[in-house]
Amino acid sequence: MNTSADNAKFLQIQDVVKDFAGYKAVNNVSLDIAKGEIFALLGSSGCGKTTLLRMLAGFETPTSGRIVLNGQDLAGIPPYDRPLNMMFQSYALFPHLTVWDNIAFGLRREKLPKDTVAERVEAMLKLVQLGKFGKRKPHQLSGGQQQRVALARSLAKQPQLLLLDEPLGALDKKLREETQIELVNIIHSVGVTCVMVTHDQEEAMTMTSRIAVMSEGRFLQVGSPAEIYETPATRFVADFIGNVNLMDGKVTVDEPDHVVIDCADCRHYVGHGITGTLGMPVAVALRPEKISLQRARPAGEFNAVSGTIQELSYFGATTVFRVKLASGQVLAVSAANTERHLDDAFARGDTVWASWSPQAHVVLTH
Amino acid sequence: MQPTRHSRTSLPWWRGRGLVIGVPFAWLLLFFLAPFLIVAKYSISEMGDVRVEDLVTYANGAVKLAAKVTNYATVFTDSLYFNAYLASLKYALCTTLCCLLIGYPFAYFMARARASVQALLLMLVMLPFWTSFLLRVYAWKGLLDEGGWVARAIVGLHLDKALLAMGLIEAPGQLMHTTFSLLVGMTYTYLPFMILPLYANLSKMDLRLLEAASDLGATPWVAFWRVTVPMSIAGIVAGSMLVFIPCVGEYVTPELLGGPQTLMIGRVIWDENFSNNDPPMASTIAVVLVLLIVVPLALFNRYQARVEEAGK
Repeated sequence: MNTSADNAKFLQIQDVVKDFAGYKAVNNVSLDIAKGEIFALLGSSGCGKTTLLRMLAGFETPTSGRIVLNGQDLAGIPPYDRPLNMMFQSYALFPHLTVWDNIAFGLRREKLPKDTVAERVEAMLKLVQLGKFGKRKPHQLSGGQQQRVALARSLAKQPQLLLLDEPLGALDKKLREETQIELVNIIHSVGVTCVMVTHDQEEAMTMTSRIAVMSEGRFLQVGSPAEIYETPATRFVADFIGNVNLMDGKVTVDEPDHVVIDCADCRHYVGHGITGTLGMPVAVALRPEKISLQRARPAGEFNAVSGTIQELSYFGATTVFRVKLASGQVLAVSAANTERHLDDAFARGDTVWASWSPQAHVVLTH
Repeated sequence: MQPTRHSRTSLPWWRGRGLVIGVPFAWLLLFFLAPFLIVAKYSISEMGDVRVEDLVTYANGAVKLAAKVTNYATVFTDSLYFNAYLASLKYALCTTLCCLLIGYPFAYFMARARASVQALLLMLVMLPFWTSFLLRVYAWKGLLDEGGWVARAIVGLHLDKALLAMGLIEAPGQLMHTTFSLLVGMTYTYLPFMILPLYANLSKMDLRLLEAASDLGATPWVAFWRVTVPMSIAGIVAGSMLVFIPCVGEYVTPELLGGPQTLMIGRVIWDENFSNNDPPMASTIAVVLVLLIVVPLALFNRYQARVEEAGK
């Protein structure tokens, strides 16, 4: 019987290490994933995310640690006996089989009666809206259609856990955005627990409920997309997720409800306390969209700095200004283009004041 | 606008592509098609006292055409020829199957071995070509003759009883000049022609497909039969053709290793030409043999074209 506590620990990864001849591709990671969750392992190539996924699938054996799925230790269970399915990067569809037979492949291995197989395959084709394409071979389909066949094939056996390896990596940008939402809708409608691997932070943020940021075989931070973006735990995470301005400084006022941090170009007033000590070196992280520009000097001595606009990039919805400060540091500032034409628009070479609120910062102690 | 093929090359036809295709084409035309046409002409010519008569003669102001088709009638009615053709096809088929049974696992493990090991194994497959084919067949004579160590090993393990039961040898201990020695020799000779196309095919295979099969619940054994084998059909067909076709017309190996009961068509052609002094009959048998081989070849080409079509 499943209690809610069991559901919160549907998939348990406990102290897992994968050592490739002295190189620790995955270095002692632990994680609990809840039933029905869509979880992303995010990191750049070589961070160990794919190795971890392959250990879940059973293609790699952990050097140490345990992987438990729904109360069952997966150690020693070969891939073909695991109650999970994987959607492979660039899909790995069987080129000699039709779409129909590709989807039926896993069902036939279970020795299900013919009618049941046919019923399930038809249901899967309908789910991914490929009803008319059953007789086609994979190479006769577009990239987006192949991706949906791969999804149908991995869902056909109604796995307890669905693994996605760079699910949208092979699609072009426009198609990727459409498919992200479609994919999430299908996964939710089936209700399967899902672990995906991606190097694309946007993909991870839009599709999943929680993200683990990985680097050098370790988890740097695990949290919801908003937590990871707004309260990154480390410099690496702040820098890896989205764009960020990092300023090094020292704590000069340390009160329970506020701190002041002195940097080369300005003084930061942070509207909350930090776990640190007076005089401690810290980094202040400021997202570009949390900074605003004006021509006049703002009131007060904190949270403002002046500089010269070095370059500007117009993206349509936003414009990103690169403001050079007195110390030589360049501050990225993103402004929403709420008006169509501004009479007094900022131009290259203008001297401007950048300012931000006491709630805009993240103070990073490591 | 789509660029056309021709816009890429502006060279005149007699340079560039035309040359690359033309030279080997002319070579085959001159040394393959022309001799074949001469043989075809012989096959319908009269045999004079010592030489083959001209097909078309001109005498006393009249053109005379003397073609005869009775040779063909003989080939299709005389059971000697029919049996020899049948035997050739049978031994060629058996050889092909033996090569496939030995060659497929070899090619499979070669394709899955580490790169350095692959190079070594490939070298080992090619190595026999450094010694004359004739010498290697003669070597088998020594190995299989009474007292040869392969023969002694087979007899020592009482495997000759099994061979006898299978009808591959006539008497226990007597391995040479039997169906067995013939098949050993032909399988040995043609094995590399099976291994190489299979290896080329299997080493190209995307191994993630096997992971996908495993992920979907296929044991390694099932994955082999459901994914690896169907995907290597092109290699199996290519290897089988490369073995089967030359085996049908094989002359040297049956001559050296075969026995009286393994009469193959190559031997019959030899006999008609040199013992019976009947080149037209020999030519007729050869033409029918070529037709026998061209049919499977045409099927093979059609299959290849279809596979390539599907691969696009």
